[in-house]
Amino acid sequence: MAVMTYRDALRTALIEEIERDENVFIMGEDIGRYQGTFRVTAGLFEQFKQARVYDTPISEPGVTGIAIGAAMMGLRPVVEMMTMSFSILAMDQIINHAAKIHYMTGGQISVPIVIRGPGGAGKQLSAQHSQSLEGIYAHTPGLKVVCPSNPRDAKGMLKTAIRDDNPVIFTESPGLYAMKGEVPDDEEFFVPFGEAQVVREGTDISLIAWSRMVHECDKVAETLSQDGVSAEVVDVRSLLPLDTETIFQSVRKTHRALVVYEGWRSGGFGAEIASRIGENCFDDLDAPVARCAGLNVPMPYAANLEQVAIPKQTDILAAAREVLG
Amino acid sequence: MAISASGKTKTSETELLRQFYKDMLLIRHFEEKAMAGFRAGKVGGYVHLYIGQEATGIGWLSQLRSDDMVIGAYRIHGLALQLGMDPKVAMAELFGRSTGCSQGKGGSMHLYDPKIGFYGGWGIVGGHTPLAVGLAFGAKYKQTDQIVLCFLGDGSVNAGVFAESMNMASLWDLPIIFIIENNQFAMGTRLEYHAADPELHKRAAGFAIPHERLDGMDVMQVRQDAERIIAYVREKQKPYLIEVMNYRFAGHGAADNTQSLYRSDEEVEEWKKRDPVTLLSKHLIGEGLAKQKDLDKWDAEALAIAEEAYAFADASPAPEEDEVYTHVYTDMMPEEGH
Repeated sequence: MAVMTYRDALRTALIEEIERDENVFIMGEDIGRYQGTFRVTAGLFEQFKQARVYDTPISEPGVTGIAIGAAMMGLRPVVEMMTMSFSILAMDQIINHAAKIHYMTGGQISVPIVIRGPGGAGKQLSAQHSQSLEGIYAHTPGLKVVCPSNPRDAKGMLKTAIRDDNPVIFTESPGLYAMKGEVPDDEEFFVPFGEAQVVREGTDISLIAWSRMVHECDKVAETLSQDGVSAEVVDVRSLLPLDTETIFQSVRKTHRALVVYEGWRSGGFGAEIASRIGENCFDDLDAPVARCAGLNVPMPYAANLEQVAIPKQTDILAAAREVLG
Repeated sequence: MAISASGKTKTSETELLRQFYKDMLLIRHFEEKAMAGFRAGKVGGYVHLYIGQEATGIGWLSQLRSDDMVIGAYRIHGLALQLGMDPKVAMAELFGRSTGCSQGKGGSMHLYDPKIGFYGGWGIVGGHTPLAVGLAFGAKYKQTDQIVLCFLGDGSVNAGVFAESMNMASLWDLPIIFIIENNQFAMGTRLEYHAADPELHKRAAGFAIPHERLDGMDVMQVRQDAERIIAYVREKQKPYLIEVMNYRFAGHGAADNTQSLYRSDEEVEEWKKRDPVTLLSKHLIGEGLAKQKDLDKWDAEALAIAEEAYAFADASPAPEEDEVYTHVYTDMMPEEGH
């Protein structure tokens, strides 16, 4: 077990998979010679050269489409989006093409591609570089969508993603890259998709979140414990497939649920989770399921406004207290 | 079924031209039966016919190696048949039946069979061009010496992703030939209303890709051009772009009954003088390579194959309803229920 950053955990997964399987290669804007905007791919161009590491033009639809075409031939491309906001340009390729190819071909062709990159706010990157889009992708059948919250999961889920035969949207958070944690050295260590994890056990309320919000919820749970309230924190980890059982089990134990997500509140994936809890756990609930999410506004630049727009511990705490009554 | 002519068989030139004629008639009869199926309410959705453009597909595909790859947009029945897809399987896909190549999940625009090198079949205009470059990327990556033919319409050239695709194909020296089938219309919009420069092949100039405008109606000329350019691309391992001038005699789609809005009868009649079937039949008769009774016989045979395909499709079962959930993923089922 090594202690490493989230960023290094991702890089370790890439290196292990590139070395293991000659069909694995990575492509993206400034990922090679420039070392990657967030340095996830630092050193890889020097190590593997152009044979496995492709610096691409600024052409998200074209790059993504080429990766999909290569995947149709059995290669396993990992495409870095400099920010997930840029993946919006490639949505035609992701949603109209990658997500539908296995289906439209009646199972004749599969698309083992990973599209990864940072999504989320908190770094004053303003409206066009700070979006949490995982909910849009998780709305789309044919994709798998994961959002690891720590270095261990980052490595284990990226390895699972690369070996998956389906298109995977792998959302990182710019606020997590420097986070340190223990990561297994084992090259066959995987974190499977579709398994949520209870990261803090509690009995009075379930705080359900993914990615960076898991850590905010954990701090809120700590605060609540000082008031004698025992909060459970569930890290969803994988939005599609979604492990509803772990979520429902938690809610059936605590009888109260607050879903926390960084994306826009309205129509966000947290609304889907809240809806499912309502449909399946109604008789177990002592209070309505609540949400605490990003404001329904484009992300502002000003530091104070950005903090207003994204869910903070104080917002989550207030929402939790509302649910607790 | 007809055995389609391909460059890898050592048939004599006479046999080859006869085979081209049979292939052309099969495509034409297949398309007419597809249209009949549409009118009868058995073929749904959008159906884009290749009538008038047969020489382009036949000529180019005749020069491919068996492991080369072909990808097109949505006017692709002719390409699929020419690569060897069983007309019954193709027609069944149009009918949305379980015996179709995509088990009824694709339809007219989404025919696929990677085993014969056919990669679709795509409904977003221009959206398949980077996929085509990706296939060529795969060929280079795996060092297979395969090449890719990417067919696209004149309407596709205005999709931004096509420019990106040309750039990366050239940047990375990928073995692909973009074949713009300039049939004069982006759906119902004439060339001069959608392209700032109607010489579409020039789009390649900015990407250092060699480019030419060529004929697409005379299959013998098409074949010669294809031989030369395919040899170049395979040897040099670089992209090439061709603008092929052809004409669709059919409407944009089977439901297009508004052709008078975008073209005149006179124009259609003018182009029909160079109907690929007429050109080839004149050559076969004129050069003594076939007699009229041969042509009639081949016509009847092609019609019989198309009719057999229609009957097969019509008699085939629809997919089982629980198939709605299969093939969303390779390894898991989506959640069930509304």
